[in-house]
Amino acid sequence: MLALQRNWAVVGLALLLAMGLAGPLLLGLSAPGFYVEVLLGGLMSGVMYSLVALGFVLIFKASGVFNFAQGAMVLFAALAVARMAEVMPLAVAFVLAAGVMAILAWLIERLVLRHLVNQDAVVLLMATLGITYFLDGFGQTIWGSDIYKIETGLPKTPLLILEGLFDGGILVNTEDFVAAAIAALLVLALALFFQKTPTGRALRAVADDHQAAQSIGIPLNRIWVIVWAVAGFVALVAGVIWGSKLGVQFSLSLIALKALPVVILGGFTSVPGAIIGGLIIGVGEKFAEVFLGPVLVRWFDLAGGGIENWFAYVLALLFLLVRPEGLFGERHIDRV
Amino acid sequence: MTRREVGDTLLSVDDVWLSFGGVKALQGVSFDVRQHEIRAIIGPNGAGKSSMLNVINGVYHPQQGRIAFRGKVRTAMDPHEAAEQGFGRTFQSLALFKGMSVLDNIMSGRNLRMKTGLLLQALHVGPARREELRHRAFVEQIIDFLEIQAYRKTPVGRLPYGLQKRVDLGRALAMEPAILLLDEPMAGMNIEEKQDMSRFVLDVNDEFGTTIVLIEHDMGVVMDISDRVVVLDYGKKIGDGTPDEVRENQQVIDAYLGVAH
Repeated sequence: MLALQRNWAVVGLALLLAMGLAGPLLLGLSAPGFYVEVLLGGLMSGVMYSLVALGFVLIFKASGVFNFAQGAMVLFAALAVARMAEVMPLAVAFVLAAGVMAILAWLIERLVLRHLVNQDAVVLLMATLGITYFLDGFGQTIWGSDIYKIETGLPKTPLLILEGLFDGGILVNTEDFVAAAIAALLVLALALFFQKTPTGRALRAVADDHQAAQSIGIPLNRIWVIVWAVAGFVALVAGVIWGSKLGVQFSLSLIALKALPVVILGGFTSVPGAIIGGLIIGVGEKFAEVFLGPVLVRWFDLAGGGIENWFAYVLALLFLLVRPEGLFGERHIDRV
Repeated sequence: MTRREVGDTLLSVDDVWLSFGGVKALQGVSFDVRQHEIRAIIGPNGAGKSSMLNVINGVYHPQQGRIAFRGKVRTAMDPHEAAEQGFGRTFQSLALFKGMSVLDNIMSGRNLRMKTGLLLQALHVGPARREELRHRAFVEQIIDFLEIQAYRKTPVGRLPYGLQKRVDLGRALAMEPAILLLDEPMAGMNIEEKQDMSRFVLDVNDEFGTTIVLIEHDMGVVMDISDRVVVLDYGKKIGDGTPDEVRENQQVIDAYLGVAH
């Protein structure tokens, strides 16, 4: 009976999401062209959320650590690229920054994680909180605390596409489009790396069972360095993309908070979950802002702004209520 | 069946003491394991069997005592170092990579033998690809040997218990260990599954020449397949010898029948 109720709640949520997606078009709130435009915009920012969420999931899977510092890593990496790019080509700065993130991963394992093995999850979370504040401050110490720019050299002018298909065409931002493509490629490359290489297999093995992984000769320490370095690289890519869009500044580290609802939605241990969760949140947010906002204004006489700020969290809350393990997370069944 | 000749001492455990707080898990246990033999460690619940296995495998570090492998006394080591030296093991409560396929689980046992660097692996070219194929061929032999061909791509979590135990054995075999440590390989099995597992253990010993140390709670099956048996009770060794000798040992009989100490 309980299972049935649970399933109904899940079905209800799925219906709600589907209605939210199709509603604007069916209710005639939007012209098809504009609808596709908003959808694309949502997907593009969704890919970026996925990227940050991916960093969380990688580390959580491999070490059971909820890495609160992921956002700080994004900021730190972006700062490194922005400041180094002032004196060298962007590509060189990027490669150097990747090296910096790898060294950072090694240091974190060496100085923090290694000494906290087998401690409670709360202890590890606190440790990553410490890393967060250290990185935020240390980043300022090294790189400074102004707003810096990353010039990717991509045209910022919007592009009109599919003019034949939709009346008036669809406006897309070239920079966004390239960024989304790069993020998608990175996600694909990571997925292949995890599924197809021996190191990827070892990473998955550690994620599944620490003890067994050690017993077949997989050194946990090395795996953790690799995972944190990969998460650092993901943070670097996210940092460069977001930084070039919004400027490199402290608020970049706050996008980690946006990744939180994404991992709740997708499941803490699922890479595909992080990707799809990011897309759902990205599209959901945009739709809520663009389509739900005016409805609230017209029918309920509200101000209607700021939906983008809270929508993701409400959605995550709904998921927590009906499907706490997320879309693809492992369901915990405890035997009594 | 012709069994392989038992050789020289491969592993010797000398006066090992292990305690957790006030609990004395092992109190001065000594025994040796010879090349190619099947050596069982038996004893009632809480006798210290699993602790002994975990000491050999590097999970626990004994407070006192020496362990010599191939004549070399070793200092404290981690499980992955034990693995590098040639110790393979299975687990009593299955510790498989549940989300991964049977093939991936067993392939992961080849991890130590894969030498190509991260970059070549990532690019999946030349040497990395050839290496993967070579190891895959070896793993296929193990899959054939354990008769689990039909489940190659099945996620291990979906297999019935008896088959999961086989995959666990397969993963350890893939390491080509010098010593294979089996932690209650027959626990929770029905008679038929126990017979299958006994056959696999004997065949591994026979075909691969692997030295096997196995822990069992239940005396029955073990007595039939072991060359020599160590009996532990309350962390102390109370018997050591061939199955027949051990069966005759009054202390062992008392321990199993629950005579007051």
